[in-house]
Amino acid sequence: MADVHTRHVPPRMGSVSALQFTLWVVIGAIIIASITQVTPSPERLAEGAPRIARLLSRMLPPNTDPDFLGRMFWKLVETMQIAIAGTVLGVILSLPIAWLSARGITPVPVLAFFFKGLVSLFRTIPDLVWALIFVVSVGLGAVAGTMTILVDTIGFCGRFFAEAMEDADKAPQEALDATGASRLSILLGAVIPDALPSLINTTLFALEKAVRSSVVLGLVGAGGIGQELKTAFDLFQYRNASAIIIAIFIIVLAMEWLTDRLRRALN
Amino acid sequence: MPNRSAVAVSCTNLAKRYGNGAPVLKDISLQIDTGETIALIGSNGAGKSTLLKCLIGLHDISGGKLNILGEQFERAPTGAQRKAIRRQIGFVFQQHGLVKRLSAHSNVVQGFFGLAGGWRAVSQMTASQDMRLAAMEALEAVNLTEKAQSRADQLSGGQSQRVAIARALVRQPKLFIADEPAASLDPSSGRDVMERFSHLAKDFGITLIFTSHDMEHALSYADRLIALKDGAVFIDAATADLKSKDLAGVFDG
Repeated sequence: MADVHTRHVPPRMGSVSALQFTLWVVIGAIIIASITQVTPSPERLAEGAPRIARLLSRMLPPNTDPDFLGRMFWKLVETMQIAIAGTVLGVILSLPIAWLSARGITPVPVLAFFFKGLVSLFRTIPDLVWALIFVVSVGLGAVAGTMTILVDTIGFCGRFFAEAMEDADKAPQEALDATGASRLSILLGAVIPDALPSLINTTLFALEKAVRSSVVLGLVGAGGIGQELKTAFDLFQYRNASAIIIAIFIIVLAMEWLTDRLRRALN
Repeated sequence: MPNRSAVAVSCTNLAKRYGNGAPVLKDISLQIDTGETIALIGSNGAGKSTLLKCLIGLHDISGGKLNILGEQFERAPTGAQRKAIRRQIGFVFQQHGLVKRLSAHSNVVQGFFGLAGGWRAVSQMTASQDMRLAAMEALEAVNLTEKAQSRADQLSGGQSQRVAIARALVRQPKLFIADEPAASLDPSSGRDVMERFSHLAKDFGITLIFTSHDMEHALSYADRLIALKDGAVFIDAATADLKSKDLAGVFDG
């Protein structure tokens, strides 16, 4: 009996072909090369630690000069405006784009691929690259920032809105289709009401993401508090920098708390 | 009183096949008069759904002639005919097909889609006052006015199907087409829905064609029973003349 069992136990591992073995070796080599070449060695960490400590000591205490705080406050307001305007306009534009690209829902199936591609393009190019493009095309300042958030929001919401629309309950859509309702009527009457919780969730995530993005866009000249941060570092005003970093921390945290509360209230 | 002499739907030598496959419907001739309630029964694959889709002009037919609510055609209705047919039909589905997050009232208002001014029927908020009023009257007809503001997902299965019936009724159709309207409900709600539905159709003089797997429903709520087997009419008789034993064989392979 024991013999029979032994003979029928499957092998611990499936056989590996030469190609698979080569692939594993290549992947291993890439990981090892990456870790050894670009991660800090213990010596460099040891050298850097005192410098970080020195920088921290020059950052403290954060600047609380009223003039500076006033200027920072208005830059924070501008940052929020960039985030809000960019997200709202982005969400408004995402809805028709998502509709045109959603499988089984789009009124123009032949163009769905084009709109999906457009959304992918918007999403895959990082926001800082978009910011550079808009700074060059519309000039330095908040307008370039708003354009960046808008495009970034379409890249994010366009995809998730389309997925929510594709996942919407099919039964009411079929029921309305039978009455002779137009594609737009079905979208407004059945798809959007059903997908609404998901659309709101995605919008809140987009807003959260936009606040985080809008904070750094200033680094490349696209307006907002990031510009102040860059100036502070460029001019070695480390006490200003620490005040700005604390303000950013508070604003991002506050936004996450707020969107979290909203999400819970809506669910 | 509805005019019972008028023909609602008739077909002569209707045949249907998909592509080059075997015929799904073979040589079906029948006439359904205005105001009649018809139960269409048969086992899965007998051709019920296909016949239903042909009878509303949703599927082209491979042979024979069709007359649906005065629109006559062979093969396929024209675009205008198809629209005219749809405008006069109220559909009720097995899965009800209500928009869950909208109120019962809004769902009934959506019955106006596809009719004149139907673009406003997105919800009761956007609909005209006439549509809102008509929707309330339809809810009254299914005895659900007190649930008008309840969300569809808060209704019981039977209530939800009654809202779907109100949504079909608000179109003031000449013909109700119901695909297994009670199949998703428990037996008691199923009987309640069928009872109300068949009475409503009679009260408003609307022809009702429903499919069912339930013999009791077919015999209790229809004037006439049409049983399909292997794509052909197996029984076509007034339910008053039928006994359960006459139906033996309908569901046999």
